[in-house]
Amino acid sequence: MEEKKEFWRWKEYRWHDEGSDWKDADIVSTGVDIGSVSSQAVILLDGKLYAFSNQRTGFDSPESANQAISWAMEGTGMTLKNIHYTVGTGYGRVNVPFADRALTEIACHARGGNLMYGPSVRTILDMGGQDCKAIRCDERGKVEAFLMNDKCAAGTGRGMEVFADLLSVPIEEVGELSLSVQEEPPPVSSTCVVFAKSEASGLLREGWPKNKVLAAYCAAMAHRVVTLLERIEVQKDFAITGGIAKNSGVVKRLERELGLESLKSAYDSQIAGALGAALFAQALETKRRKQ
Amino acid sequence: MIANYGYKDGSGDYFIAIDTDKCDGCGDCTSACPNGVFVVGEDANDPLRDEPVAMVSEDQRKKLKYTCAPCKPDRNRPPLPCVQACEPMAISHSW
Amino acid sequence: MITAGIDIGAKTIKVVLGQDGKVLAKRLVPAGLDTAAATQRALDEALADGGLSKEQVDRFRATGTGRKDCALTDQEITEVGAAAKGILHVFKSCRTVIDVGAEEGRTVRCDGNGKVIDFAYNEKCAAGAGTFAEGMARALQVPLEELGPLSLKSERTVQMNAQCAVFAESEVVTLIHNKTPREDIARAVLDAVASRIISMVRKVGFEKDIALIGGMALNPGFVAAMKRGLETDVYVPEDPEYIGALGAALAAAE
Repeated sequence: MEEKKEFWRWKEYRWHDEGSDWKDADIVSTGVDIGSVSSQAVILLDGKLYAFSNQRTGFDSPESANQAISWAMEGTGMTLKNIHYTVGTGYGRVNVPFADRALTEIACHARGGNLMYGPSVRTILDMGGQDCKAIRCDERGKVEAFLMNDKCAAGTGRGMEVFADLLSVPIEEVGELSLSVQEEPPPVSSTCVVFAKSEASGLLREGWPKNKVLAAYCAAMAHRVVTLLERIEVQKDFAITGGIAKNSGVVKRLERELGLESLKSAYDSQIAGALGAALFAQALETKRRKQ
Repeated sequence: MIANYGYKDGSGDYFIAIDTDKCDGCGDCTSACPNGVFVVGEDANDPLRDEPVAMVSEDQRKKLKYTCAPCKPDRNRPPLPCVQACEPMAISHSW
Repeated sequence: MITAGIDIGAKTIKVVLGQDGKVLAKRLVPAGLDTAAATQRALDEALADGGLSKEQVDRFRATGTGRKDCALTDQEITEVGAAAKGILHVFKSCRTVIDVGAEEGRTVRCDGNGKVIDFAYNEKCAAGAGTFAEGMARALQVPLEELGPLSLKSERTVQMNAQCAVFAESEVVTLIHNKTPREDIARAVLDAVASRIISMVRKVGFEKDIALIGGMALNPGFVAAMKRGLETDVYVPEDPEYIGALGAALAAAE
């Protein structure tokens, strides 16, 4: 039986800081973000990043949470007992068995974004696997306005996966490929992924090359996201988190339409939620100890 | 905080915005709404807020176009019960 | 007078040839990627079926999403108008006709003469029409024609969280993985589309008798879901997918 290549599959990975020792830390805090598509776990030592993991969410949220934290701890000698406070977030946040508190992705992305991009960030766009969030925050990462669209696949990672699959292009290559066009094609008109997919099939049969179809879809996605952002009023500085931040095809077109460059970070864009959760965990543990 | 609940799909934008700075968690909106759109509870978006806040319920959040349809006829639309019931005027609809 | 009604839908093209209120021939052809070619083919095959030549057709009228681009005629009638005319010809007591196709759903209230009183559309979102069912049939790995009969085996209601055809496919995969019986999933899918159509119907209101037309009317599970949701009987005419084209053919004869 021929194995079908899974073009939507991206690489899972983990990391920890070999130069730090968790036994020296006063507070070990964790954030676990269980999304509908991917899950991340972040471990902080006194508020500083120590380890993280990023993997595809399985069918079982509690199991995904356990796996995410185990993988983050791999090679460090840590166990769950060494963690002082855990905050769960994401779609599966109530299903993190070892969490002390659950907070929404909105609060966590703002807090995480504030660390990742600096206190100048005011508008954060997070395009997750099955949702799209626009957040406006202040210099402390406190949320001032937000919007989340998780009803419709257009403007989410799933929408992009459908196209990667349709065109047989590995999802990590979509961005660059879409930017390799000589001239920007008009965006695909449908804002529904299902209809856009039919439209794209038609364009392919008309002879459009893959990069042109991808460019048209990235442009449609960027435009759609801009209309969502406008609802919460974009203020600079602007940053993008989540998996789609790695898709240069969408990012560049978004920046063009907004007239704003997005801030870059040394941190991985997919850990923003878990990072914010871990920062809240640290603050909540500090508060708890004072009582 | 302006919390926008709802969605945008191919057919349009359907958002209910709740200004949590104005909302005092009184719950008048929950009684005014005939279709269970609103709930009042702990603000999971603001870990530092102590008083309860109104939110759009998880059941209805992704169906607002359909759930709110009975209050939004195409012609001669009366004022929306939820908006009218909210004294601090914390609620607004995008459509 | 011989007239031709052409319904250019998103997924299929329907042609009805009529004379003095009787159907001489009818044909359905997949729209494919070349709508113009498919339309021509549908007409040619219908003519052949009826033993007629194109010259014998006195008038044409087009309806459906593609009606403005029909090469065969510039005479159009809206889908709403065509549905009302078509249904009253076969079901005189109808006052509400619900038309659910691949990409659009609409509800039409009409009077006894076929005059449109009010209507509403569910458009531009695949979750509100037949495409939703198609995607789910794929995820369940059953042919679309079997989705309805499969759903009729279910005896309970399972709620679907996803309100989007793309997300629903992932949800179906999860439900299968969690060992939810396939007939329950099939029913949940059809209940979901029906509930979205019914919300639209309720917005405009309905008056009996109610008819269901369009491609989805061929799905017995969907019809059952509509009856359950509306809590009243719903009539499905013979050849429900042709009623639009029939309405267009009748309009052309006026």
